[in-house]
Amino acid sequence: MKVDRRQLLLGALGLAAVRPRSEGAHAQTAHEVLRRIPSTGQAIPAIGLGSWITFNVGDDPLLRGASAEVIAAFVEEGGGMIDCSPMYGSSQGTIGYGLQRLGYPSSVFSAEKVWTNATGDGPGQIAETLDEWGVRRFDLLQVHNLVAWEGHLETLFAMKAEGKLGYVGVTTSHGRRHDLLERIMQRYPIDFIQLTYNVLDRDPEARLLPLAQERGIGVIVNRPFQGGALTRRLRNERLPAFAGDLGAESWAQVILKHLLSHPAVTVVIPATTQVAHLRENKRAAHGSLPDPTLRDRIVEEIRSL
Amino acid sequence: MTDWWSYRPSDFLLFSPTTYWRLFELENAAVWPLPLVTLLAGLAVLGFTFRPPTWSGRPLALLFGLAWAWVGWSFLWQRYAPINWAAGYVAPLFALQALIFVWIAAAGAGCRLGTRFTLSALPGSLLLGYAVILHPLTALLAGRPLAGAEIVGIAPDPTAIATVGLALLMPPGVERWLLLIVPSLWLSASAVTLLTLSTWEGWIPIAVLGLTLLTVRRSPAA
Repeated sequence: MKVDRRQLLLGALGLAAVRPRSEGAHAQTAHEVLRRIPSTGQAIPAIGLGSWITFNVGDDPLLRGASAEVIAAFVEEGGGMIDCSPMYGSSQGTIGYGLQRLGYPSSVFSAEKVWTNATGDGPGQIAETLDEWGVRRFDLLQVHNLVAWEGHLETLFAMKAEGKLGYVGVTTSHGRRHDLLERIMQRYPIDFIQLTYNVLDRDPEARLLPLAQERGIGVIVNRPFQGGALTRRLRNERLPAFAGDLGAESWAQVILKHLLSHPAVTVVIPATTQVAHLRENKRAAHGSLPDPTLRDRIVEEIRSL
Repeated sequence: MTDWWSYRPSDFLLFSPTTYWRLFELENAAVWPLPLVTLLAGLAVLGFTFRPPTWSGRPLALLFGLAWAWVGWSFLWQRYAPINWAAGYVAPLFALQALIFVWIAAAGAGCRLGTRFTLSALPGSLLLGYAVILHPLTALLAGRPLAGAEIVGIAPDPTAIATVGLALLMPPGVERWLLLIVPSLWLSASAVTLLTLSTWEGWIPIAVLGLTLLTVRRSPAA
């Protein structure tokens, strides 16, 4: 099923059911949950697609083809945010190849980053990144890992003001530099933050996620599976009974549902090389999400294993 | 950055094991039949080590210099750098190693080996033999196709191991030390990369470095 931008904007059917309303699992829509970007109200699928490691395949025709299949499945499942960075080797070119094969579907929300120590090199790097993707404009540009963030933010805000960019954001990962991230959130009119948040790395819950809600900043969650370590650790563990109540068929879906049930979270961007995992991830945004009590049980259960 | 100490090697790893091992398959296919030529050249070098002709010092140095220049340009710069930007910074070190070999050939007698095989030459011969003959077979041991074998003169690890072996066969001295620096750095980096990829092959460069250290410590001073 292809969903274009217009449909996304109109597709707020799932929005009303985003937040849990009662104890335990809470029934939602049969379709993927859509989230609203706080600064504009634009609707966006809650499960995006990361590209760290998975799409960095160089010019290997076999692996490039496999990556393009994952992108095609992502678009077929409703599309949404595809996130990348100049730091991720050849991933940008791989995404460009996958999108070109699909005729650049409008259901893809393009999220990129600027990653260079020299502020003056930012515009040039962004131009190269546009070439790699084969697009003329990005929906979102973020300052990667807060590298030279002041100068790059200036560049990105100027691009946004000129209509050359949809949204501005900053990123961090692995729980680093949260103090600085908090200061930026308080002082700058950014649209998105991106950070690491998962069932075991829950620092953002203390200050950053509430602040994002308060300031109307969208939250993109990276490393939902701790780079795969979390799902590998749980691979041989039996799913708890409450997984069935949530409609979760796997630990990956339990973990994603836990993240999606936080009201501050806008998009989660798991990365994968496999179409089956991509579809499984997308299904996590269908059906029910846990309420606060069940969220705690999920954390306790996984910690105990 | 105030928190560099919190970074781990895995934070800098940008590719999967599948992508990494496919590099060798693609490189072998792209330059075929060169892997066959470098393999035969490696076997010839191995033969030289048992009874080296007096004229073999300079050709050996130039042959190894050529191998380092080729691997640095073709594999690191062309093949590996697109998935690992750090490889672009390492490639010049391969050029430097090539220049060291050229300098040794031009300024001296090249890589002079002992004229008779002795027990003290065993570690060097073992490493050279391993790099040329056995290392390519690790692909099969790990369940990968032989088409992706790491061949000396094509792939960096066996080239570095063979160079270490060659250097250990040379008499102790400045030239030997010079030849050991870049291969040791590469093997250290390779060990970190492979262990971060969670592959057992990461222990190979560590074993090579350990044997090298033991051998040079036991060698008499020049």
